[in-house]
Amino acid sequence: MEITLKINGSEKKLSVEPRTLLVHAIRDAGLTGTHIGCDSSSCGVCTVVLDGKTAVKSCTMFAVQAEGHEITTIEGMAQGDKLHPLQQAFHDQHGLQCGYCTPGMIMAAHVLLQHNPNPTEEEIRFGLSGNLCRCTGYQNIVKAVQQAAQMLQQPAGAAADD
Amino acid sequence: MIPAAFEYKRPMSLEEALSHLAQYGADARVLAGGQSLIPAMRYRLAQPAVLVDINKLPNLGYMKEENGMLCLGALVRDTDVEFSPEIRSRYHLISDVSMVVADPIVRFRATVVGSLCHNDPSGDWAAAAIAARAQMAIQGPGGARVEPIDRFLVDSFATSIGEGEMAVEVRFPVPNALTSGAYEKIERKVGDYATAAAAVQVELNPDGTIKEAGIGITAVAHMALRVEEAEKILRGQKPTLELIRAAAEEARKIANPNPDARGSAEYKKDMARVLVGRGLIKALKRLNVVVA
Repeated sequence: MEITLKINGSEKKLSVEPRTLLVHAIRDAGLTGTHIGCDSSSCGVCTVVLDGKTAVKSCTMFAVQAEGHEITTIEGMAQGDKLHPLQQAFHDQHGLQCGYCTPGMIMAAHVLLQHNPNPTEEEIRFGLSGNLCRCTGYQNIVKAVQQAAQMLQQPAGAAADD
Repeated sequence: MIPAAFEYKRPMSLEEALSHLAQYGADARVLAGGQSLIPAMRYRLAQPAVLVDINKLPNLGYMKEENGMLCLGALVRDTDVEFSPEIRSRYHLISDVSMVVADPIVRFRATVVGSLCHNDPSGDWAAAAIAARAQMAIQGPGGARVEPIDRFLVDSFATSIGEGEMAVEVRFPVPNALTSGAYEKIERKVGDYATAAAAVQVELNPDGTIKEAGIGITAVAHMALRVEEAEKILRGQKPTLELIRAAAEEARKIANPNPDARGSAEYKKDMARVLVGRGLIKALKRLNVVVA
């Protein structure tokens, strides 16, 4: 069947089967920043954002169900050459090692910060508990989200003071 | 892993959804949050010929209090419950559960009603619905009916929903000021099935004795179970540690778990006991009754 998905603001016409999972449709559309990890709804590397405020594991939704929704993937985070504060913070804090979990972590953190712009460390760990990292441990990931929260709360144009 | 092929229906009204369900009968499954169904389909544990996606149905995402019941429509997501300040302040048991179902991302899609319809032997909501004495509102070819949760939950992955029927709402009695509850769950990690879990709800009389108790345990039998003997032991009594120990022991007695990587049968049985005890102590503490 033919469907139209709105991904990162642009409409993509795709030919899918009803059983096509959203993650496969996204990747087949050329957006391979969304990774496939466990294939069992456990690891969260395929997390994308639905309608700005909802995170979803894109392996646990059919592509056809995403019609009419706004999907945001990691490719939709940066503004041109300017990294999104979450991307910048993961870079600054070295919040990754192999990087496989990073897109899912960033999308999950993005939604977390929509609902709770100033989370405690514990709230960050709780909010990201559906996303697994197999190499760094979570320390720098948590630090990155803390930094991003600070950056996002500063008035536009203000420079980071450290 | 790719699910088996199926025919996809996306009704825009409840009437249309019910007509699909009537037409396809046992070949059709309702798709709400899909957080259990889609994984089951990927593993080919479920291969429905037709999926009736109810996500576009209007007016099923409501949470409202009506006639002494908190009514949650079939499209209320776990996060709707988890993020609600009203639920957090007044519905202690339900609030507890909403924070530990699966993981935070899954909860954005997963629905309360869908979880009850799935009736997984380790389901969190089933234990809570048992303890809170919830009801299910069901619609089908024969019209609408309301069923107490104990009749609704039939067996592992089985409910009383008949062919052509759909659960449209779950109802939890509104707790009064002398009612509280708690959910205690042991899991190896976030997102894993519970090793064992217990849901409790307690209503006190003005004199401090227990008027009513509801106790559900999950992940320790073929399905979530009501611990009726524990409820009987508590009813009418003054809450003491001795009483709680006696009630909790009943959970150990009726638990009949399968041993697996999460623990031996003996361990899980004992955890059912421990968690019922902890839940009762926490619920009473929330009513400013300290049992020590």
